[in-house]
Amino acid sequence: MYVAVKGGERAIDNAHAWLAEERRGDTSVAELSTDQIREQLSLAVNRVMAEGSLYDPDLAALAIKQSRGDLIEAIFLIRAYRTTLPRFGASLPVETADMACDRRISATFKDVPGGQVLGPTFDYTHRLLDFKLAADGEVAPAATSEPRTEPTPHVTGFLGQDGLIQDETPSDETPRDITREPMSYPADRATRLQNLTRGDEGFILSLAYSTQRGYARNHAFVGELRIGKVAVEMEIPELGFAIEIGEMELTECETVNQFAGSKTEPPQFTRGYGLVMGQTERKAIAMALVDRALRWKELGEDFLGAAAQDEEFVLSHSDNIQATGFLEHIKLPHYVDFQAELELVRKLRAEAEQNVATKEAAE
Amino acid sequence: MSDQNYNFAYLDEQTKRMIRRAILKGLAIPGYQVPFASREMPMPYGWGTGGVQVSAATLTPDDTFKVIDQGADDTTNAVSIRKFFERTANVATTEETAKADVIQTRHRIPEAELREDQILVYQVPIPEPLRFLEPRETETRKMHALEEYGLMHVKLYEDISQHGAIATSYAYPVKVEGRYVMDPSPIPKFDNPKMDMPAIQLFGAGREQRIYAVPPYTKIVSLDFEDYPFEATKAEHACDLCGSTHSYLDEVILDDQGNRMFVCSDTDYCRSRRAAGHVGRLGTENELEASA
Repeated sequence: MYVAVKGGERAIDNAHAWLAEERRGDTSVAELSTDQIREQLSLAVNRVMAEGSLYDPDLAALAIKQSRGDLIEAIFLIRAYRTTLPRFGASLPVETADMACDRRISATFKDVPGGQVLGPTFDYTHRLLDFKLAADGEVAPAATSEPRTEPTPHVTGFLGQDGLIQDETPSDETPRDITREPMSYPADRATRLQNLTRGDEGFILSLAYSTQRGYARNHAFVGELRIGKVAVEMEIPELGFAIEIGEMELTECETVNQFAGSKTEPPQFTRGYGLVMGQTERKAIAMALVDRALRWKELGEDFLGAAAQDEEFVLSHSDNIQATGFLEHIKLPHYVDFQAELELVRKLRAEAEQNVATKEAAE
Repeated sequence: MSDQNYNFAYLDEQTKRMIRRAILKGLAIPGYQVPFASREMPMPYGWGTGGVQVSAATLTPDDTFKVIDQGADDTTNAVSIRKFFERTANVATTEETAKADVIQTRHRIPEAELREDQILVYQVPIPEPLRFLEPRETETRKMHALEEYGLMHVKLYEDISQHGAIATSYAYPVKVEGRYVMDPSPIPKFDNPKMDMPAIQLFGAGREQRIYAVPPYTKIVSLDFEDYPFEATKAEHACDLCGSTHSYLDEVILDDQGNRMFVCSDTDYCRSRRAAGHVGRLGTENELEASA
């Protein structure tokens, strides 16, 4: 008789085959193409690109298909692919001021140069299930007009002109790459922002929400939210100048937060910043709030013990691939450790029972 | 079947070099946790990404590789990792401890004594032995730097005052060569005394981005008190298959009547003993032939 688990290899192969079959689903229903995912589930594609830290809608669509729509699993596939890619250089910083905006709104001013552009937003839809979509998803083309050509200046720039908002210190320092260097604390702001932009949307959202509910409240106004395409430029050493190598869609959010100030320093508004790949508005706003909360030390605020202020807590728990891996690994076999615990508990119980018996005998 | 689309052992050479530097630093400062830029691997964090990266940086094409999980070669994750290296490094694999050059393990040290020409790679979930006493990395690094381990002794003392014994049965903290307190990974404390060994021991924690190491013949002391000395414990039974009384045992529930059997957790050790003719309470003389 031998009952210990045997045949792990065959079990794995069979599990994979079953998984592939489940992924495909009912074969009488047409197979989903990655083009369809890319075009019709684009916000899922955007999230996978943002948290996978790889701007490639086709690969993200493939990952979503392969993962059966489990977005964290899709992000994992993208991360594992990304890590094998060679690094042949770094782009120049993108100029979000030159963004070709699909959407650009400010909550702090009724109107701003460049205008309020709603763009393709769910904001004012009524969340009523559209049963027509179940039968036929064809829609009439939306109205178009000539694209604006004038620049869309940042709203916070107008506040900055009057010194009403705190200046960011410019720096030419090459930021750390959190995918190539281990995290260490304290982390500078560039490192924190990198961590937040690829962090789990749900985690960042909840932390941001907690600041709104009073755990390190910082009174955020959305100074500006913009979504659109920016050019990605790279300096080619052989050419000696920068050329455009592509464009990417970004969501940028700048918040205008409560003012600091003292008797000697005039009060100023402060900033939070969010920048995320793709149309990922919820994440960008949340990122800006958490960024602002993490800046307490630099802005001379008190540490209130709130989670969103706690750099080590936020940065070491934001990554959903790390989190889900460690969480789910507890389903792997642990019977060696459990056996050790079992023996210990039995021993402690036996000793306790003996102590009771001795005590009773003595009485 | 080597996969030509990837570099030998999956990781690119630059990454392997970075990991080897961390390993060498770890060997130079036994028990010290070296930060390294852990890569995303194609298996999840928690499945042994640290161990896999260390193995990838350690293996050469001529090596023979063995993987165990819970002491066994055929547990699903051990199979999966072994297949990964068969595919990406095309190395020979074995289940026999004595034939392996590199052994990757999760939660056990093989029963057979390892040799100087072998490397044992541990998968580590939480490399910081002080983590559950102090959650902040900034603090625990300071505590290690100052050799401030009082908190750990207080914890062990509190165990004794509450339970009458040190209530840690696995991942039992050790002091390495009189300096660093180290987490031996979640091996049962039964295995702790084996850590003073001729082989090199490397520890990889992928998610936590740490590598640490124990060079051969390093003095490893399990923390204890004079009046409550460390005790390596196991189930007080003999293996029901091979009859060994010296190996760590898994308990297997046989039926709903509470019947159990105890079998060696180290499957290769148990197999080799049975091959040599040892028979336990429930083993049979010819079972190996029957299953072959």
